[in-house]
Amino acid sequence: MAKIQFKDVTKVYDKKNKVIEHLNLEIENGSFTVLVGPSGCGKTTALRMLAGLEEVSAGRIFIGDEDVTVKEPGDREIAMVFQNYAIYPHMTIRENIDFGLKNAKVPKETREQIVKEVITLVGLEGYEEVKPSKLSGGQRQRVALARAISKKPKVFLMDEPLSNLDAKLRNQMRTELIQLHHKLKSTFIYVTHDQIEAMTMGDKIVIMNQGEIHQAGSPREIYNDPRNIFVAQFIGDPGMNGIKLTSGYTFGFRPRKVTFQKSGEFNGIEFKGIVLTREILGSEVLYCLDTAFGKIMLKTNDETHQSDDQVMLYVEKSDLYFFDREENRIYDKEQIETLYKEVVSA
Amino acid sequence: MAVSRMKKNHTAYLFVLPALLGCLLFTVYPVGYVIYLSLLSWDLISPDKIFVGLDNYKNLLTSPEFQRVLLNSFTYMVVTVAISISVALLLAVWLNKRTKLHSFVQTSIFTPHIISLVSVAMLWMWIMDPEYGLLNYILSWLGGPRLLWLDSPDTALLSVMIVGIWKVIGYNVLILVAGLQSIPSYIYESAKLDMANKLTTFFKITIPLLSPTLFFLFIVNVTSSFQVFDSVRVMTQGGPVNSTNVLVHWIYQTGFEFYRIGEAATGSVFLFIIVALATFANFKLLASKVHYQ
Repeated sequence: MAKIQFKDVTKVYDKKNKVIEHLNLEIENGSFTVLVGPSGCGKTTALRMLAGLEEVSAGRIFIGDEDVTVKEPGDREIAMVFQNYAIYPHMTIRENIDFGLKNAKVPKETREQIVKEVITLVGLEGYEEVKPSKLSGGQRQRVALARAISKKPKVFLMDEPLSNLDAKLRNQMRTELIQLHHKLKSTFIYVTHDQIEAMTMGDKIVIMNQGEIHQAGSPREIYNDPRNIFVAQFIGDPGMNGIKLTSGYTFGFRPRKVTFQKSGEFNGIEFKGIVLTREILGSEVLYCLDTAFGKIMLKTNDETHQSDDQVMLYVEKSDLYFFDREENRIYDKEQIETLYKEVVSA
Repeated sequence: MAVSRMKKNHTAYLFVLPALLGCLLFTVYPVGYVIYLSLLSWDLISPDKIFVGLDNYKNLLTSPEFQRVLLNSFTYMVVTVAISISVALLLAVWLNKRTKLHSFVQTSIFTPHIISLVSVAMLWMWIMDPEYGLLNYILSWLGGPRLLWLDSPDTALLSVMIVGIWKVIGYNVLILVAGLQSIPSYIYESAKLDMANKLTTFFKITIPLLSPTLFFLFIVNVTSSFQVFDSVRVMTQGGPVNSTNVLVHWIYQTGFEFYRIGEAATGSVFLFIIVALATFANFKLLASKVHYQ
């Protein structure tokens, strides 16, 4: 278990291609931290630098109090689970797990015991002498997990470990990973492009875009209090509706916060809309509507409306978010009041 | 049942007929004919073909000359295959990077493969010339002894093997580099995280994952080195004192210089059996060690 620090870390490829610039990040000991962002945002690069698989162009990385910036990957007391599992195809499951322990010169008896333990932990008993090609994707991912656990690392690094699994298995593994984190109490760092995974698994989320951290905080904090339009629209399923005003400012509201009916003490904006599409997601329904503000999304439990229906839409004033011309959130009350007037008149 | 299926599939049989005829005419018939010839005593010209049964086989197996030829062939095979594959593997591991220097070296190593072996042999005859050759020049410059190379029974087979290795190594390197590039980089990253040092990685990761490629090269190299002919023909004609006479060259000599067709055909049957056995043994012994993804 250890706290992790990125201090002013920069990564440049081929001397000109800056992927990460001045990254400063502290990851708490024992946390389940998720780095999330669109592809190419630098999250995987950050993780790989931490693992030692990628050189750091500038800055330092610390695990605990130790500067690991130039340490070999094998000496960092970390374990990594890759998106494509990266288990050795020519070794049996037992050999796959044993390989790292053997290289670490763990005595044979201890090794046998650890292998047995972790295989039981991930539920692969009976598969010890089987080659990976005989296993399903989910089972292979378990082998990768078992291998990681066997090392008893200070830090677990996971690079999109669930994205090659089908949706059902992904949900199941998600729960199992959370349980695993509770059990092991090590620091988990998890990279994903999937905001649902980030929201459901992480106790801290770090949102990245174009090599920069946009916001870091708990899932709830980030959902309720996004600092900029990028975060507001990236988090949430779907993301926040954003509408640009003629003044260049933007206002937004969550799809869950638009309603077809006015509440008793309604204080907010109302506008007409035409139903373009309706997606039934099970208990919830997602509508796409054409309005004077452009296309907006609405999520509700009410499935009575059909395509081409004309509807009235309502959003409470307290559910509106305002952003300045640099797309950053506005907190100033007076400014919000002025902008609200602009919205109402629009 | 079988007949009706025949009927049903007759169009299909019609389509494979040309290939089948070609195979019968150019493979099955010659093999059968060689076996038939091996039972005869015949000089290619005389109309008398005397049937001698298995006499040719008995004579060859007891002939010291033929035993020498077999020994030469085996020595040539073992040494060239062992060296060409192991050196090629080392080169391939080194060349498995994408810089200008590496691709230049790879191209240079591959070039001998596309030159005709006869030209290569001529070139090496000059390099190995005891008086004016480059090799002896270098050797004497390094303070070593001047060797007779192709002119001495002690070094002639070695000289022919050097040429064979030099010729085949580029091809082996090319195939091995392709094999190495098919090993995904994340496997090596995994190994790094598993604290595997370079040697462990090479023997426990690279070699097993390269085994299908190595197995393929092994079969191809063994087969082709048993069939070596051009270099021997051009450089030594099997001499001096039979020291470089290998099986195919011996067959050629016996058949078309000494006109002992029966014996030559028998030698061909032996070659056929040896290559078949070697391939079979390779599959039996090595196939279980080969890991296919």
